[in-house]
Amino acid sequence: MQGEEIIRLEGLTKWYESGHTVLDHINLTVRRNEFLTLLGPSGCGKTTTLRLIAGFEQPSEGRILFDGQDISHTPPHQRRINTVFQKHALFPHMNVFENVAFGLTVKKLPKDEIEDRVRKMLALVNLEDYENRSVDSLSGGQQQRVAIVRALVNEPEVLLLDEPLSALDLKLRRDMQVELKRIQQRVGSTFIYVTHDQEEALTMSNTVVVMNAGRIQQVGRPEDIYNEPRNPFVADFIGESNILPGRMLRDGLVHFADYDFPCVDKGIGQDVPVDVVVRPEDVAIVGADDGMIRGTVESVTFMGVHYEMRITGEDGFLWLVQSTAMTPAGAPVGMNIGPNEIHVMTKEEV
Amino acid sequence: MMRFLRRSYAMLILGFLYLPILILIVFSFNASKSRATWEGFTLRWYGELIESEAILDALSNTLSVAVLSSLIATVIGTLAAYAIYREMGSWERKLSMNLTYIPLLNPDIVTGISLMLLFIFAGMKLGFGSLLLSHVIFNVPYVILTVLPKLRQFDQHLYEAALDLGASPAYAFRHIVLPEILPGIVTGALFAFTLSVDDFVISFFTTGSGVNNLSILIYSMARRGIHPTINALSTLLFLTVLVLLIAVNLRMEKKVKREARR
Amino acid sequence: MGRRLYAYPYHLWTFLFTVVPLALIVYFAFTARDTAAFTLDNLRQAAQPVYLGVLWHSVWLAGVSTFLCLLIGYPMAMILAKSRVRYRRMLTMLIVVPMWMNFLLRTYAWMTLLEKNGAVNAFLGFLGLPALHILYTDYAVLLGMVYNFLPFMILPIYSVLMKMDKSLLEAAEDLGADAWTSFRRVTFPLSLPGVYAGTIMVFMPAVTTFVISRLLGGGQYMLAGNVIEQQFLAIGNWNFGSALSVLMMILIFLSMIGLSRYDKDSDGGLFL
Repeated sequence: MQGEEIIRLEGLTKWYESGHTVLDHINLTVRRNEFLTLLGPSGCGKTTTLRLIAGFEQPSEGRILFDGQDISHTPPHQRRINTVFQKHALFPHMNVFENVAFGLTVKKLPKDEIEDRVRKMLALVNLEDYENRSVDSLSGGQQQRVAIVRALVNEPEVLLLDEPLSALDLKLRRDMQVELKRIQQRVGSTFIYVTHDQEEALTMSNTVVVMNAGRIQQVGRPEDIYNEPRNPFVADFIGESNILPGRMLRDGLVHFADYDFPCVDKGIGQDVPVDVVVRPEDVAIVGADDGMIRGTVESVTFMGVHYEMRITGEDGFLWLVQSTAMTPAGAPVGMNIGPNEIHVMTKEEV
Repeated sequence: MMRFLRRSYAMLILGFLYLPILILIVFSFNASKSRATWEGFTLRWYGELIESEAILDALSNTLSVAVLSSLIATVIGTLAAYAIYREMGSWERKLSMNLTYIPLLNPDIVTGISLMLLFIFAGMKLGFGSLLLSHVIFNVPYVILTVLPKLRQFDQHLYEAALDLGASPAYAFRHIVLPEILPGIVTGALFAFTLSVDDFVISFFTTGSGVNNLSILIYSMARRGIHPTINALSTLLFLTVLVLLIAVNLRMEKKVKREARR
Repeated sequence: MGRRLYAYPYHLWTFLFTVVPLALIVYFAFTARDTAAFTLDNLRQAAQPVYLGVLWHSVWLAGVSTFLCLLIGYPMAMILAKSRVRYRRMLTMLIVVPMWMNFLLRTYAWMTLLEKNGAVNAFLGFLGLPALHILYTDYAVLLGMVYNFLPFMILPIYSVLMKMDKSLLEAAEDLGADAWTSFRRVTFPLSLPGVYAGTIMVFMPAVTTFVISRLLGGGQYMLAGNVIEQQFLAIGNWNFGSALSVLMMILIFLSMIGLSRYDKDSDGGLFL
């Protein structure tokens, strides 16, 4: 799966005349054939990163290497990279066929080759019969498919996708996620995907890059990002978490919520302040006197598969807990957390 | 009751607007030179009109200045709008927009004499050339103001998408930007054409002796007194405008219907 | 990347054809006719009672005609905005058509109508009424202004009324306002941007006209525009003519700034 390097960002920095820095020394390696997602809240610099790679903007500092060559100042139409835009950016005065054929027409390929390749691509996304339709008459999902194959028909080595599903409704978004993954496996090119939706990032990618405030917070496989967040920002942004201040007493023992919990973390040191992350689904609800800590249920919300509860601990911390069993609001409960479910993070030096 | 009042008021206003024109038309066929009594039908004034070299000359000047100035102004105005939209920084854009607005806000008479001073100062002989140039000058801002909103509406991502798909900036402008802003350019050109045909004040100051357009000719004729050939000329111009407007309107209606069907 | 390919040429264009011509007017306004030395004499001459009187007369006539246009045009704009879609298109069209006809011909039409043996007097005589002698008076000039510029008042007000949220009126009614109150408190205040735009579009050409005043006011009739035209084309005193033009420009820009202070929607909204 992990191929050779195709794109490398070196100290990539972007600031605007106003003095606002949107990207702050980004270093990142993208490998051939991987599905890499830039994930973060709006304004974190993920879209700027994408636009720099596409060539719509130029870096203020640093370089972009493509196959080892510096392309930082190559104009977009000379890069072997294509983009799927957030709002599709389909040309409204052209029909579906003309849109998809645009890149090949620009390259002045022979007519039958263009037709052949466009038809094959439209077939890939089940839009064979839509060649002559105007793009305005397509549904959101169909427009999305056209936008994707319009880029893919050029056989780019890297495909950039800028929140391509954000305009679609939830159900369609799920379908398109699956379809995108399928397309990527079929055509086998490198996808760099930008989204603020953590679920989308976790389900589709080989590699997730979490960004915030112009910096990379963590790079890793979706599982690692979810299970081993490197700092409170990642923990909070990926999934829901309980993040508590605590002290690492010694290897295998951490103190938080007025209790000394056995854990599996080692090598952090003795008596060091730390942050502790516990996922809501990892807290076990037990009888009021049987738990490691006690609390009172504040509210219960039915979420379909599980109940979500807000529980105030004795120390005043408001826990978020998910459980398949329902406990009524106002009831006293006990909570247990196993050693494997506790994730200890060293405090970030601010 | 309210409805009746509203209708009568609207009829009254329309009557006010059209009565003078109608009377001009009716009396253009009057055998007598009088504007008060009807003395039988004649086409004599139309005959005199067609034979008048001064009028035909003015008509040809009006049309050639209108066609040439609107075409030139459309090219200059479109490129200028593109420059204002894409190439300028924010304070530069503000300054440029204000300078663009000045000829629109300035009274025509001031624009007219200021251009006259410019031409004389630059040693240019007043005549067809100065007339044409001044029409280009006052038409450019109108083209800019019709093209610029189209450029602002234009989705920047379409341009980027074209570049992304391998189009050079020039190719992207021709094949993506231009078709999208074309309606604005056409409107601007038509606007410029009609302004040019209609202009009197600026032409009056910037033309030289011997070069008249219709407006100037009408002004000098009207100052000398009332003559039925002007009635005939009015009738012809009014009918031309009417036919053109109806044609444009029908075309627009068809277009609306066609789009509704899609 | 070919940036700024067109910006500099356009700057040059505006400099040559907007800035320089205006600078020339200012230059002539502040220099003496024979010596070309700096002087304020031209402005002093313009401040003479004769010319101040003409200026005041122009402003007064333009003001009255603007007010009349508003008075006559506002109800028409409301009728347009309220009419059914089918009629609305036709009505707007009917109001626009005369504007497309040559401005001089429209004015000329009133010359023929109002003259001693014209159609108006023929009609009045037919009814047994006394003849009207208003050609070559203020009334004829006023009539010409209102006739020519009325559409400029109706259309901007109409376009603002059209864009107005109808639910606001329903809300006003719901809150107990009668028709007059909801007009006074809701419709009219919200239509003010259109009123301002219309006012500028009527007042400006009216205060600077020299055609309407020459044709309907007669050869001796003087408004500011006529004086300027005379100085440039008949007397040949460019310096004094320029001084008057500068005063005119200042007057217009001041009144526009005054009006645009109340007009939040002024970004390019002047021309519909």
